[in-house]
Amino acid sequence: MRTFQGYRRDDGRVGVRNHVLVVSTISCANHVATLIAQRGGAISITHDVGCLQFAQDRALTERTLFGVGMSPNVGAVLFVGLGCEQTPTVEMARSITGKPARHLLIQEAGGTKAAIAAGADIVHELTRLTAGQERVACDLGELCVSLKCGGSDFTTAIASNPAVGVAVDLLVEAGGTALLTETPGFPGSEHVLARQARSPEVARRIYQIVDTYRDEIRTRFKRNVHDGNPSPGNIAGGITTLIEKSLGTIKKAGTHAIEGVLTFAEDVHGKKGLWVMDTPGHDVFSVSGPAAGGAHVNLFTTGRGSPLGNAICPVLKICGNPETFRRLQDDMDIDAGSIMLGTASVEEVGREIFEAVVKVASGELTKSELLEHREFAIPRIGSTL
Amino acid sequence: MRSLLILHPKDNVAIALSDLCAGQAVEQEGRRLIVLEDIPAGHKVALVDIPPGECVVKYGEEIGRAKALIRQGVHAHVHNILDITEEVVREERRRLGL
Repeated sequence: MRTFQGYRRDDGRVGVRNHVLVVSTISCANHVATLIAQRGGAISITHDVGCLQFAQDRALTERTLFGVGMSPNVGAVLFVGLGCEQTPTVEMARSITGKPARHLLIQEAGGTKAAIAAGADIVHELTRLTAGQERVACDLGELCVSLKCGGSDFTTAIASNPAVGVAVDLLVEAGGTALLTETPGFPGSEHVLARQARSPEVARRIYQIVDTYRDEIRTRFKRNVHDGNPSPGNIAGGITTLIEKSLGTIKKAGTHAIEGVLTFAEDVHGKKGLWVMDTPGHDVFSVSGPAAGGAHVNLFTTGRGSPLGNAICPVLKICGNPETFRRLQDDMDIDAGSIMLGTASVEEVGREIFEAVVKVASGELTKSELLEHREFAIPRIGSTL
Repeated sequence: MRSLLILHPKDNVAIALSDLCAGQAVEQEGRRLIVLEDIPAGHKVALVDIPPGECVVKYGEEIGRAKALIRQGVHAHVHNILDITEEVVREERRRLGL
């Protein structure tokens, strides 16, 4: 049985990092949350939501905020609210399991200065509580990776995505979990994904999320997903049809059956195998959703180069373009350009990615972590009110 | 160094890994192909003759249909491949009863 060195939480979950996290539960608390984290040497998550939201829009926000607190990569969490926000800040903090969790309300604390001072004290306390924790051997099957592509070029579909597919197969075979994201990439290959589904019910769910996306584009923007898709840039790069483009995207999921479809930031703990998580195609959202669901590491394929990281989930950059890898070498982790040059096979690079996942899970920092990229964002469903 | 990438044994097109010139001979897994047109890196070249109306296959899947005869060795792209995405997806859906 292969293992990695992870942090075992009190509720049985295992994490690959031990972050102290300060989460703003409403944009009014963003500035205070940021300064608390800075002063205390912690990581902060801020955003534009948390109030005047309804139904599934509100549920998504709260699921995401709770989810980042619950992430096994987080050793301790402080939720910072204003005091009158819609997000139930106090209850949320009290519902966190497996780690120390606190809350702070700016209105109660006495305003910005007092809240920052009190918050920094809490962060110091949380840092002391998490400092002693050591990594222990954990089964590789407890790992969950999320998958995405950003800044794609013609190498993405033929080099980096197929290589990630090999790595995903290896992880799933070891008992682990992988999350295919970015629903806007599915139109054109939803029939292939449906064929790969574990059951007709899962196939139906896949069609459902793709239809929802197609309908949204049609009703809100009066456009068809096929309009201008493939784009002029895609066509210049050699992509001829939408099926071809979409097939190139889903290559990163590998060959195993799709076990089900998850909603944005849905808890992934205990879910084995390959899953689809319904996320936007926007790069920051599509890493943040799985991170809030408890994904440990993100595999991010790129051709033109993207510097993005994530506040709580290490992002591993797999670059299929040899020229980009050279030019952006401080930001790229894996050189899949060797496939384009013919010096390595898709299989070989796939294994390299798999081994890198084990190393990153055991504590090795990715380039985006070294460069302190800590992006995080929460999408909205519908209008801003 | 390889010039072509064939992604699946069923494929009738290959991807140029670098710019290929008209007249260039490329060898791929024991098969020799004369490229008849300039093929930019990342673009497709036909591995065999693809008759009009036949499927263009990449990744082992149908990605489009030949608008006219696509001769072995020519550039296969928007000028000779029809995008039939809607039709394929609709058909497959009907077949699965969804």
